[in-house]
Amino acid sequence: MGTKGQLSLADVETGTSVRIGTIQGGRGLVGRLCSMGLVPGTEVKVVGGRRGGPVIVGLRGCRIAIGCGMAGKVLVEPAGDADRAAPEPE
Amino acid sequence: MTRTEPHLNRSNVTAPADLAPAKRRIKVALAGNPNSGKTTVFNALTGSHQHVGNWPGVTVEKRSGRSFYQGHEVEVVDLPGTYSLTSYSLDEKVAHNYLVQERPDTVVAVVDAANLERNLYLVVQLLELGAKVVVDLNMVDVAKSQEVVVDAAALEKALGVKVVTTVANKNEGLDDLRRLIHDIGWVELGPRPRVDYGEDVEAEVDVLTSAVQPCPTNGLPIRWLALRLLEGDTDELHHFDAGPCAAAVRETLAGSTARLNSRFGEDIESHIVRRRYAFVRGLVRECVRQPVATVQTASDRIDRVVTNRWLGIPLFLLLMGLAFLLVFRLGAPLSELIDAGFTRLGAGLVAGLAALRAPEWVGSLLADGLVGGIGSVLVFVPNIALLFLAISILEDSGYMARAAFVMDRLMHALGLHGKSFIPLIMGFGCCVPAVLATRSLDSRKDRLLTIMIAPLMSCSARLPIYTLFAAAFFPRQQWLVVFSLYLLGIVLAIIVARVLRSLLFRGETTPLIMELPPYHAPVLKHLLRSTGHRTWLFVRKAGTVIAAAVVLLWILARLPWGVDYASKQTLIGRIGTLLAPIFVPAGFGFWQAAVALLTGIVAKELVVGTLGTLAGTNGQGLAAALHAHFTPLSAYAFMAMSLVYIPCIATIAAIRREAGSRWAGLATGYSLVLGWAVAVGVYQVGRLLGA
Repeated sequence: MGTKGQLSLADVETGTSVRIGTIQGGRGLVGRLCSMGLVPGTEVKVVGGRRGGPVIVGLRGCRIAIGCGMAGKVLVEPAGDADRAAPEPE
Repeated sequence: MTRTEPHLNRSNVTAPADLAPAKRRIKVALAGNPNSGKTTVFNALTGSHQHVGNWPGVTVEKRSGRSFYQGHEVEVVDLPGTYSLTSYSLDEKVAHNYLVQERPDTVVAVVDAANLERNLYLVVQLLELGAKVVVDLNMVDVAKSQEVVVDAAALEKALGVKVVTTVANKNEGLDDLRRLIHDIGWVELGPRPRVDYGEDVEAEVDVLTSAVQPCPTNGLPIRWLALRLLEGDTDELHHFDAGPCAAAVRETLAGSTARLNSRFGEDIESHIVRRRYAFVRGLVRECVRQPVATVQTASDRIDRVVTNRWLGIPLFLLLMGLAFLLVFRLGAPLSELIDAGFTRLGAGLVAGLAALRAPEWVGSLLADGLVGGIGSVLVFVPNIALLFLAISILEDSGYMARAAFVMDRLMHALGLHGKSFIPLIMGFGCCVPAVLATRSLDSRKDRLLTIMIAPLMSCSARLPIYTLFAAAFFPRQQWLVVFSLYLLGIVLAIIVARVLRSLLFRGETTPLIMELPPYHAPVLKHLLRSTGHRTWLFVRKAGTVIAAAVVLLWILARLPWGVDYASKQTLIGRIGTLLAPIFVPAGFGFWQAAVALLTGIVAKELVVGTLGTLAGTNGQGLAAALHAHFTPLSAYAFMAMSLVYIPCIATIAAIRREAGSRWAGLATGYSLVLGWAVAVGVYQVGRLLGA
């Protein structure tokens, strides 16, 4: 679980789509995730992995494996309507 | 969202090839994400005219070459695959520094059409840097199969640079790319896109711009520089270190940073990254038609099995087992062929030299020394080559990434990084390529730790030692004994990793964030190329380092003059006698064992050869001779010592190259001590238990 009882990637069931929220990490982690496409506001689908272990996240055509411990630092929100595109950040 | 901006670094390479005499060769750089097909494009452009080396000062592979087209030649450099141009990793720094310092005439940005958003992120950064970009829209076939259609013309218009469509691995569109690189080069088709970073950031960018303007910036675009400074990239500040500008810029930057920090809840860089991505998303919306949802692919279906929590590791072990089976079953007959060949060569040389009335020692040097020594290493080339082939197949098919994922949890529990396991697996074949393979790890700590324990993975050179002693002393449980030694190596590696981690490498492991490329059938040409290259590296290492050491050994075994080769009176025999007492508590405190172990420093294969030479016999005779000096317990202790005691010279050289002399020294030191301790421990405990 993320802090304050928020949902993190580690808690998501396989097959669910979620939207990425805050990434609890230092500059390096945030930058690395973002440069691979996991930017806050993006909708991704958890396609594999398990709780407490590494997670595979699907973003359209690409698949990204996120290791143990890391998935817990990526906070997410349940995706709303799956057909709506991600909103622009202000 | 887009405003036009006056172009900096304007240059048009439009002169046809035959007009301009080549006073300076055109330089083309290839940039792009990993897995975007960049390497395929590079290989297609340069063919056999390529050279693999190192970027100066760092252990990052540099591929460069020449491309020929209709009589015209350009220089091509393959930059490391990166997702962005910040300085999070060594790869990105190398790419960034090259672009800034070398100013290539054209930068071909290889883009994966099926992952346009992420790939265009890098392209936008390249454009902001002022690079002369040409976009190679690659893998459009994969995109089409995922129902993604890219409008190349619209993309051209949006980016203001030429876009070429290719399917590199099927050789489609490459001629268009060649023509573009060779004849036309970079052209500007329209205004370069400009990302709007929001009112606040843009305001600070303006402030910084005026502060930076009067300073020497090496021709870098000022806007880009300002943005980098705001992102917190301290590397860029070095441009201003000299001169009066430095203080002014730092002060202005501090002010801007403070203002932005108080304005935003997140750090500035995250904000800038999000803005850039929003821009890219807008671009993609205009130019790409694609399904919004993430579609399940064939690769996903395979992955459900491969990365399954119960099946994952067993499947991995099965594949590894198959790979090793292939390596040893196929490799054995080939090795024997080479062995026979070398023996014949040695005998032939001796006979030939005798016929020429050359002094006896020349024949001995060539036959016993060089041919014998190097031959015993080269005998393993079939095994090594097959191992590399197996690994290449696993890498190219995409499975290796899944394996790292599957092993991540286990590796993590052991304090290692998920990607460490590939070098460690290779260590079972040979430690030299294993040490080189640690380059795939991003963090230096993880790399060093893996290098330190790699030699404990019992390499294939030690197998002859085990086979010899196991057959002689444990005829009925040979395989169990050999297996126990491999296991011992693994257990020791885990312990050493734990100890090193708590002593020297404190802190968390770098997180595993890795792309899982879609599965695809490996391309034979590429497999052969990378196998050939890696095998050649091994042979070259054997040829140079081991050759020199073997000659030295021969000298030690020959002097003083007139004494029997490798007998107790020779220099090496004397050294062995000197060292022998050390091994008494381990059960093999006699000079022949010491000498054998000494030669093992050069190459582990030499241990068996030396024992044979000292006993004056081979095969069955040798086994009998061993019984005269060893007991089953001391034999096991000896094998344990061989397992641990020191990486071979080629490995030490590789460690020194990758990690530095200090670490090579540490690896040598700790393994000697640990090897001795384990051998002594085994023997003493065994004696206590009444063996």
